[in-house]
Amino acid sequence: MANSKTNHPDRREFLKGAAAGAVALAATPEVAGAAEAQAPAPAAPAVALPSPQALAAETQPISADVQALIEDHPGSDFMVDVLKHLGFEYVAANPGSSFRSLHESIVNYGGNKAPELLTCCHEESSAFMACGYAKVEGKPMAIMAHSTVGLQHASIGIYEAFGAQVPVFIILGNTIDAVTRRPGVEWSHSAQDAAAMVRDYTKWDDLPISLPHFAESAMRAYKIAMTPPMGPVVLVADSHLQETGMAGHGGSPRMPKLTLARPPAADAGAVAELAALLVAAENPLILGNSARTPEGMRMLVELAETLQAPVSGGSFPSRHPLRQGGGGLIRNADLIVGLDVNDLWGTVNTYLDQQTRSSQLLTKQGAKLVSITSSDLYLKSNYQNFQRYTEVDMAIAADPEATLPSLIEAVKKLVTPERRRIFEERGKRLAAASAQALEQARAAATYGWDASPVSIPRLTAELWNAIKDHDWVNVGGVGGGALWNVDKHYQVIDGGGVAAEGGDLPTAVGAALAHRKHGRLAVSIQKDGDFMYAPGALWTAAHHRIPFLSVMYNNRAYHQEVMHIQRMANRHQRGITNAGIGNSLTDPNIDFATMARGMGVHGEGPITNPNDLGPAIKRAVDVVLKGEPALVDVVTQPR
Amino acid sequence: MRVISALALPLASFLLIAAASLDAQRAQGSAPGASTPAAPNAQAAPPGNAENGKKIYSSYGCYQCHGYAAQGGAGARLAPRPIAFAAFARYVRRPTAQMPPYTAKVVSDQELADIYAFLQTIAPPPAANTIPILAR
Repeated sequence: MANSKTNHPDRREFLKGAAAGAVALAATPEVAGAAEAQAPAPAAPAVALPSPQALAAETQPISADVQALIEDHPGSDFMVDVLKHLGFEYVAANPGSSFRSLHESIVNYGGNKAPELLTCCHEESSAFMACGYAKVEGKPMAIMAHSTVGLQHASIGIYEAFGAQVPVFIILGNTIDAVTRRPGVEWSHSAQDAAAMVRDYTKWDDLPISLPHFAESAMRAYKIAMTPPMGPVVLVADSHLQETGMAGHGGSPRMPKLTLARPPAADAGAVAELAALLVAAENPLILGNSARTPEGMRMLVELAETLQAPVSGGSFPSRHPLRQGGGGLIRNADLIVGLDVNDLWGTVNTYLDQQTRSSQLLTKQGAKLVSITSSDLYLKSNYQNFQRYTEVDMAIAADPEATLPSLIEAVKKLVTPERRRIFEERGKRLAAASAQALEQARAAATYGWDASPVSIPRLTAELWNAIKDHDWVNVGGVGGGALWNVDKHYQVIDGGGVAAEGGDLPTAVGAALAHRKHGRLAVSIQKDGDFMYAPGALWTAAHHRIPFLSVMYNNRAYHQEVMHIQRMANRHQRGITNAGIGNSLTDPNIDFATMARGMGVHGEGPITNPNDLGPAIKRAVDVVLKGEPALVDVVTQPR
Repeated sequence: MRVISALALPLASFLLIAAASLDAQRAQGSAPGASTPAAPNAQAAPPGNAENGKKIYSSYGCYQCHGYAAQGGAGARLAPRPIAFAAFARYVRRPTAQMPPYTAKVVSDQELADIYAFLQTIAPPPAANTIPILAR
């Protein structure tokens, strides 16, 4: 795409060719005759050939005043070259005039392939879809939005990306030159410093004023977004820069080389010190991290198995004997190693949300706490999503996945036969506990099994039964629980964001899109309140044939808030009679299946009888396996 | 990309249930009515109306955390085989974990007895191995 002239003949050349073709057809009646012999005579008269005058008007040199009305090689074509160079598969957008030239260049000049434009019904959906995509694909999706009204809509999804540390590449349409703005809307859709609104929760932004500047800043932005801790970046695409011809910018600029930064690994001294602590610990506990790659899960398993140490959370096989859970692990541990844990303080402390708020450290006296996180390398101050300061004994500012190879090697070197014997004994105890926990989870699921509304364990068990024999993935929403056998790194996407309501559905759509090319069966347990923020994401899934199953966790309330108001009402001794006001989603009940069908999606429900659930999910899975989205509305117990 | 509290979220329900159960067990082991004047001073459950208990279990929002079948959820499992009434009442009046307090001004002693009577009527669930999709 370096030389757009080569690949894209200009309009006048095209017309000359067309005219020549028309003349040729007229001069070779046998061709037309052959066509007529093969097909019935057309009902409509043949299209008239242009008159000599019209042909001359179309092929003669264009006058200066007409030349001013057209532009064959706008700057936005080069912007598309940049997007292609960066390897974007998709650009998600709700259409907007401030990036109209870039939009047109994507679908025409770029052929609407790599990147393909995704039609979104809300910029919030664009941003969340990009989050879901990046969590699966490990690289950003681009989104486009107006610099003002679009960015305002998108901001919550961008904040989610920042909190979850996922790369999102945001392009803002804007018109910086005030004297060229169209009166009215274009002024409302322009900002002096467009990125300012989201600067507190983006990693980097720029306002390029030339195409070479755009290209260099795009490379820099991509690199910064992809360097742990990853995060969203913003590039403002000025409308003048988009719409002005490349000639005005000195021709098609050179495309800069992109080289991503290697993820930061811990220094050798820190690795050696931590390895010694891990080998010497009697009750170590690893708080797992999310895997960026398949190797991430494999290495975490290798570390845990080498030490026979329990792992809680993160990308670790759910039925591995060393996968453990419960507060007792924290209380018993003499060494806790947190790998990229968002809220380490909240993990090692209990907190009581009573009238007098109080907390208590869970760890025993003398227990050591170690963190490995790239978050120590980058922090902003305004938004407080970084959680409470944690007193650790050793803070390793590094990417856990980049650190694991050297840590595993160092641990292996220190393991003596005696320590190995102790590890094996520990492993046997943990394996027994793991098996017992699975049995307890099975038994726990039986309580309320036949209840209506449907219990959450019943819902997750029925869904698991329908997907377990497929190459399944959970694309967000509510987790499947202890009964699901997670053994591949891609089967679960991380939460770890900012608890932004409205994100589950579009995140699931974006993640399902990333899984589509692998042919995986994507499912999501979708909360009703969250769904109602931006249900149009379901239409996007239907429009772009993104197969995934959304099973509604429909408790007909913003239930978290019900419990908060209930808490306040009880604390104030006023009874909870009115606690549902402002929180419930009843009167009328929302018919999600009808909503789905209205957007071209297979919809079933509302299901209140638990015995109807399994067959409904089975039918919906069959639809998804054919490449379409589907939704099953399940009326559930509150929690 | 980072994970939200490795233990906190995935196990939030478990921890709440565990904490509530633990606190309830502690309360069960303590002297009946020792320091909670609002709690009924009796080890045995007072007579209660299970039908009314079922009604107010719903209207007072117990199900919001404990489920319609008292099977547990955000809160502890309450049935079948509820803990001793004294411990139950003590915990409702003065919870030591995340549950909000229900004082006598909000739920009377008689209503508490009715709810308890309802909990006693809840039958045990089927065994896991009798449910095909839960069986190994």
